[in-house]
Amino acid sequence: MRHQNATAYRFLTPYLLIFSIFWVWPIISSFLISFQATRTVPWRFAPTFNWGRLIGDPAFYNALKNTLLILVIQVPVMISLAIVMAVLLNSPLLKVRGLYRFAFFAPVVVGEVAYSAVFRLMFNLNFGIINKLLNSVGLPSVDWFSNVTPAMALIMIAVTWRWAGYNAIILLAGLQSIPDDVYEAATLDRVSKVKQFFYITLPLLKPIIVFCAVLSIIGTMQLFTEPFLITERGGPGGGTETLGLLLYRQGFRSLNFGYASAVAYTMAGLAIAITLVQLWLTRDPK
Amino acid sequence: MTSRSQSRLGRAIALHLFLTPLAVIWLFPLWMMVVFSTMPDNGIFSPGIELLPHDNFVDNFNNLQRDTNFVGAIGISVSVAVTYTFLSVLLTSMAGWALARYQFVGKGAVVAIILGTITLPYSVVLIPQFIMVARDFQLANTWIALIVPPLFNSLGVLFMRQAFSMMPADLFDAARVEGVKEWRIFLFVALPLARPMLAALAIILFLASWNNYLWPLLINSQPGSMTAPVALGTLIGLTKVSWGGIMAGAVMLTVPMLVVFVLLQRHFIAGIAAGAVK
Repeated sequence: MRHQNATAYRFLTPYLLIFSIFWVWPIISSFLISFQATRTVPWRFAPTFNWGRLIGDPAFYNALKNTLLILVIQVPVMISLAIVMAVLLNSPLLKVRGLYRFAFFAPVVVGEVAYSAVFRLMFNLNFGIINKLLNSVGLPSVDWFSNVTPAMALIMIAVTWRWAGYNAIILLAGLQSIPDDVYEAATLDRVSKVKQFFYITLPLLKPIIVFCAVLSIIGTMQLFTEPFLITERGGPGGGTETLGLLLYRQGFRSLNFGYASAVAYTMAGLAIAITLVQLWLTRDPK
Repeated sequence: MTSRSQSRLGRAIALHLFLTPLAVIWLFPLWMMVVFSTMPDNGIFSPGIELLPHDNFVDNFNNLQRDTNFVGAIGISVSVAVTYTFLSVLLTSMAGWALARYQFVGKGAVVAIILGTITLPYSVVLIPQFIMVARDFQLANTWIALIVPPLFNSLGVLFMRQAFSMMPADLFDAARVEGVKEWRIFLFVALPLARPMLAALAIILFLASWNNYLWPLLINSQPGSMTAPVALGTLIGLTKVSWGGIMAGAVMLTVPMLVVFVLLQRHFIAGIAAGAVK
């Protein structure tokens, strides 16, 4: 095929300009900023200034610990739930399918601020509906906001509610691409439904499950709005502080761009590592 | 009844017995959002269990409007989301078209950079974007700041590249033989054929812009320039604030999107599911 450079770049250039200015260059720039002391004018090159501070900063380890803790608990729970939702929504036995789909998929369109506000009210200590319902079945109230463990649990519950259906949509699309005759053959061979799930559905769905997991890990890694609004700036006492919140406080409250960039690149490093694991898990067996 | 159909019935009952409580739990926060938005503040903070809507929505809305100019903020959010969606669909489908249908120098590099950076967290570009827009360009608290930087999103490029490369080449070659210019082929042949994909993309982009919180929070923090989620967010955590009002705002942000979701479910789901078929 002959080259069509001029035509192609006429279509490509407008997007490419924006993409370069607001994505490619900032990726490089952020890396460079992390090696500069940015609270002096002009900024000066100081390679160990931010990274040295990061390595010795208890606030960083606290945020990293909280973020990883949320990751390792919330993501597997949510993905498992999403798989269950997708498989059951795909069942030919299901009646009023549209209603169930609406229930699980509706949170996908709800904004972070709106749902954070609702969760704050619902989990209020004295007047929240959740504690009232707990009391009505004889259970004690939980102080969701003043203790670290319930506060972390609340963040995980909120994020799971918001994103499980999103993952279920992706998984459902994957399920529907599995040809029916695979299951028909298994049913003829008297393979039970449970066995079919573990020996047919899960292996065929694996690349999509891994994709959802990676997407969720990278999303949860940047968790910001929920600890910002629901548990009020990472409370109690930094108990739900995440890397996203640390970046926000350092970058935009203390205006310490260099240090915030080091935090940002820590997240990027984690994301790259996770993406490599994904590529390895879904590699073509040669 | 045969035992086979009996076991079918049993499984159907078990399925619904499991899924119904889960669906009720999942709908509960949305239902409570509506209930709270119709309750007076002293009703929200009272010991009784209230699960049904009251009739205080208008008062709550007035309280919200007193706490922050929410109507103005909604106006900004709608205008920004519409403009952003239009521009992003246009830019990314042009780029997707170029990548799908032409051979050119640098094509491999462009695709490699897009794919190679797509899983990087957005947080990485936040600080340079902020410095650039607020300090270098002096554009904080403007519409441009809300609309232009998020246009970097490459989801649409990949999505539209996929859509255009699945179309048969003969279609476009026939037009070329007739001497039709390339941009006319793009506008009047390719785009109309890609209508379902454009709809899915537009819905996803509109929703992303409508719900966007972090960037607008950072860049447009002046009262008159806030988007609706940011304006609502400033009220959360204040001591003297109407929670019924906040809930009325949450309903106004959410219910229109739920209606759109119900009406355009197919496109919505196509747009989200497409994220997986890169």
